[in-house]
Amino acid sequence: MHASVRPAVTVNITPNIGSGAVSQATPTALPLRMTISKVNFFYGSKQVLFDVSLGIATNKVTALIGPSGCGKSTLLRTLNRMHETVRNARLEGEILLDGQNILAQDVTQLRRRVGMVFQRPNPFPKSIFDNVAYGLRVNGTKLPLAEAVEKSLRHAALWDEVKDHLHKSAYELSGGQQQRLCIARALAVEPEMLLLDEPCSALDPISTAKIEELLVQLKELCTIVTVTHNMQQAARISDFTAFLLIGQLIEFSPTPQLFTTPADPRTEAYITGRFG
Amino acid sequence: MNAHLRWRKFVSHFMLTMTGVCAFVAVSVLFFILGYLVFHGGTSINWNFFTKLPAPVGESGGGMANAIVGSAKLLLIAALIGVPVGFFGAIYLAEFSGGTVAFIVRYAADLLNGVPSIVIGIFAYSLVVLPFKHFSTLAGGFALGLMMIPITLRSTEEFLRAVPRALREGAMALGASKSRTIATVIVPAAYRGILTAILLAFARVAGETAPLLFTAFGNRFWSTGWGQPTASLPVMIFTYAISPYDDWHRQAWAAGLVLLCLILVFNIVARGILARGIAVPRA
Repeated sequence: MHASVRPAVTVNITPNIGSGAVSQATPTALPLRMTISKVNFFYGSKQVLFDVSLGIATNKVTALIGPSGCGKSTLLRTLNRMHETVRNARLEGEILLDGQNILAQDVTQLRRRVGMVFQRPNPFPKSIFDNVAYGLRVNGTKLPLAEAVEKSLRHAALWDEVKDHLHKSAYELSGGQQQRLCIARALAVEPEMLLLDEPCSALDPISTAKIEELLVQLKELCTIVTVTHNMQQAARISDFTAFLLIGQLIEFSPTPQLFTTPADPRTEAYITGRFG
Repeated sequence: MNAHLRWRKFVSHFMLTMTGVCAFVAVSVLFFILGYLVFHGGTSINWNFFTKLPAPVGESGGGMANAIVGSAKLLLIAALIGVPVGFFGAIYLAEFSGGTVAFIVRYAADLLNGVPSIVIGIFAYSLVVLPFKHFSTLAGGFALGLMMIPITLRSTEEFLRAVPRALREGAMALGASKSRTIATVIVPAAYRGILTAILLAFARVAGETAPLLFTAFGNRFWSTGWGQPTASLPVMIFTYAISPYDDWHRQAWAAGLVLLCLILVFNIVARGILARGIAVPRA
């Protein structure tokens, strides 16, 4: 479709939102890494996402917020087609990564370009080194492994803590360190996008602060989409925030705007803590 | 009221004693058997027992070297048949099959597990012995291998299923294909359990006698190849125990002791493997 490797697709970042209000003052000329348009999602006959459309700005942090069961994790998992591991899951609509439909791509190739970090740290039962090297080996890298592993661990702000025991089991690390290891593991294959599914929900406040700080730095390297239950976290780290409610995108705006002058009364009700 | 209370206390003490005695009987049977074997067979265990062929009738001494090697050969063939079929079958069951297929295979495996070992022996007899017109090591190993399949399959499947879903997703999110995920993450995460299952399957078939009676048959001498009948410890115990000679009886006890120790070692090693090393934490 596009000849260039990373075409800067520029679209209005705020899509038409059927039910909600369209925010004003929306940046209109940001390059988009990913465009999600009219996504409907079903588990069997149960529809969990309704006509969701939004753009993910390149090298920014986009946060998906909303109460439990609103479909934010489901939406995130469609972005690297992890939903396909669930039987009876069905996706309609179009998701473009750098202008190319992700549904038409080879799924393993897509997942190399769009990495993912999960709710609970899930290191493999291998050494720290082998965990980070895993993706590189799977993708048959020609790079020297040791250098690539060090680089990823540095990016994940974990290198200084683990450099002397790279060959110990990953399970000997603390929960927060394990989660940063999982981030390093995802970064090792140099993805263009990093998806995070409530990455701090199983962590203590200090580990959470470290990961938040890290995400803000990491947007220099790749485009970040994070699901979070924690509105303060979304406000602290994200550039754009999407608010979902019962499978619908209610509002999508630059973060300061969404949290100070929400356009939709439901957004306001949620961020002021009246439900969820 | 007082009498009633006394009655209740009596019943309580009585039941407590009963359960304690039963628990004691359960554990003491093993030690009783072990002690009995040592008492009757201990004197016959010497260097000759492990290195010499059985002595001719009328001479005392001799050993069971051929039966020990024979049992090892039978177990090797059993492993070559039972372990791959059980292991790869379990991978299919745990990772690829749909609900119905998995149900049928699992059910069939449980039934196969319940088939009396003598029936397995007849099956191997008609399938391997009759066409070749010869009792053979191969036929005996085949029968034992058949018995190993369901045990290996079911327990391997359980251990594969116990691997947390998060690990699969973690690997797939890095661009690993499903088969790659299984080979590099799921099986390594479950390997200790799988190894334990295989060792326990070994322990289970190592003592089987019935399927060997008309497959591996027995042999007073060294078995010259895989196509020849061979001696094995369980069958040796059987023939020596029903013989009229005192010396053979002692040797049968000794063989029983060796076999029991072998199975105990398998079990202890299996437990050791399961208890050590990096376990994948449960969510």
